[in-house]
Amino acid sequence: MSWFDTVRTGVEAVRLHRLRSGLTVLGILIGIAAVILTVGLGEGAQADVRSQINALGSNLLIIQPGSTTGTNGVRGGFGSASTLTATDAAALTSKTVAPDIAAVAPTTSSSATLTTSSTNWSTSVVGTTAPWLHVRARKMQSGRFLSDAEVTNAAPVTVLGSSTAAELFPTGNALGQTVTVNGVDLQVIGVLAPSGSTGNTNDDDQAIVPIAVSGQQLFGGTTRSSVSTIYVEAASPSTLSAAYQEAQAELLALHNVSSTNADFTITTQASILSAATSVDHTLTILLAGIAAISLLVGGIGVMNIMLVSVTERVREIGLRKALGARPRVIRRQFLVEASVLGFAGGILGVIVGIAGAQILPHFVSSSVALSPTASIGAIVIAIVIGVAFGVYPAARAARLAPIDALRTE
Amino acid sequence: MNDVTPVIELVDIAKTYRAGALAVHALQDVNLVIRQGDLVAISGPSGSGKSTLMNILGCLDVPTSGTYRLAGEDVSHLDEDRLAEIRNRNIGFVFQQFNLLPAVSALRNVELPLAYSHVSRGERRERAIAALQQVGLGDRVDHKPAELSGGQQQRVAIARALVTEPALILADEPTGNLDSTSSREIIAMLIGLHSQGRTVVLITHDSDVARAAERVVEIRDGRVQELAGTP
Repeated sequence: MSWFDTVRTGVEAVRLHRLRSGLTVLGILIGIAAVILTVGLGEGAQADVRSQINALGSNLLIIQPGSTTGTNGVRGGFGSASTLTATDAAALTSKTVAPDIAAVAPTTSSSATLTTSSTNWSTSVVGTTAPWLHVRARKMQSGRFLSDAEVTNAAPVTVLGSSTAAELFPTGNALGQTVTVNGVDLQVIGVLAPSGSTGNTNDDDQAIVPIAVSGQQLFGGTTRSSVSTIYVEAASPSTLSAAYQEAQAELLALHNVSSTNADFTITTQASILSAATSVDHTLTILLAGIAAISLLVGGIGVMNIMLVSVTERVREIGLRKALGARPRVIRRQFLVEASVLGFAGGILGVIVGIAGAQILPHFVSSSVALSPTASIGAIVIAIVIGVAFGVYPAARAARLAPIDALRTE
Repeated sequence: MNDVTPVIELVDIAKTYRAGALAVHALQDVNLVIRQGDLVAISGPSGSGKSTLMNILGCLDVPTSGTYRLAGEDVSHLDEDRLAEIRNRNIGFVFQQFNLLPAVSALRNVELPLAYSHVSRGERRERAIAALQQVGLGDRVDHKPAELSGGQQQRVAIARALVTEPALILADEPTGNLDSTSSREIIAMLIGLHSQGRTVVLITHDSDVARAAERVVEIRDGRVQELAGTP
């Protein structure tokens, strides 16, 4: 019997019992859709993390005060008695000490209420220097960023995040307007473009001021010269680890400590990325495991229905054998029938999976990345499951003796 | 005529079924020769070994001992694959229960044995239509079995048996499920095939049906007994 005839007979047999075949297909469908969605969710989450971290700035090192120790203690205060100072940041800008560091942006961050003539808005006030814009890979929406002179002279100016500008000046242009923070009037010289990062909305809600304005005029106190974070940009991705070494060596020397009791932590994008993706990876494996189990259940459904089908069609098998079908032809026919069920489940599962990928992001805050490879792979897996679980029923059908089969009423 | 190879030659055929320690001799010392163009009725009460003989003649089962030559070829000890091929090529079955596939048309039913011998689709269709015309169902090719009467269904089954041009047509109680009118029609059709030179073996317990044959072989307790020709 040719392949065309075998496949046609298989499809006809599947269509003859619509309800039963439909339910069997449903089992495979659910499994395949689950696999596609979990893989898509995993990949989507990884892509989200990657884009969030890329949004932090390219070739970025983040130096923060304090460090975790092997005994789970935290060395050094975080904020209250910061171990990082403006002097540290200044030292890192030296080309002789750190030739692989392209730019340094020390930042301080405090909460404050910004007041205009008509409204007020609480947000974080970030004190920093001119290179911040480039180091953090941000763009201006309008106006300009802090200049070196404004930073040096502690000029009373500010650059607003796009959300902050919209809150404070809902009706129009923020440029040139004045906002008051802790009694100090600041002129708005620019508005940042939205960061484009979906994860951290804070990026668009902040007010940037020269670091000296923040440290001396707005907040003062003991935090006068300390900074909360130093952002360091390496000259290129390939010099990131050299920049890391240089920054670490310089800060250890300045603080007169060894690497075992360092009072600061340097994080790279790569380390954040790998930490974030490894969590996602574990989750993806877990979900994929559950999806695989549902596929297995679907496969058992195929086997169950094929066994019923063989039992029910004993007479037909007997007749086909009497008319000259060899055992292997009967076996092939039932295998094809099982793979038709698998194939139908695979196709429909991919369709449901794609539909789910469109709907799901409305309910969970994660995007779903669908790859054509995964979809085609899923269909192939569905067919393989159909065949694998069809082997036993098909072998039973092939083994039936024609006389016994014909005799059955 | 005697120098021609017989279609069927059974030599000392025996079939023994074993149920634990008990051996049931379904057939013993069966010797039978059926020649090209014969119409032979095999009759006997139920339990006589008739079905066993029919299964062996139809290559659905193999004898415990003895030799069975079908169209000159010894088929007593072939494996399942070879037996399937022999059945496909040499034997056309007509069953009491018709055994048509209910889901497909008369045409597809008749095409089925040709599909198992790799005949091309075009030729399959042509030969199946010709066979259906031969049994007077040329206008019913696209009807499904359920849309046909019992007699018509059995004619489809006869067309299916004819379509491979087999050496032997083996009809097992072909009228057992039919009313008397349809029965006469089917018997007449088998006699017609015989008169065209085909070899027909008719298995029946109905002496009226057996009377239609020119030769009647009776089985009793597993042994054959040749009765005289048409009384």
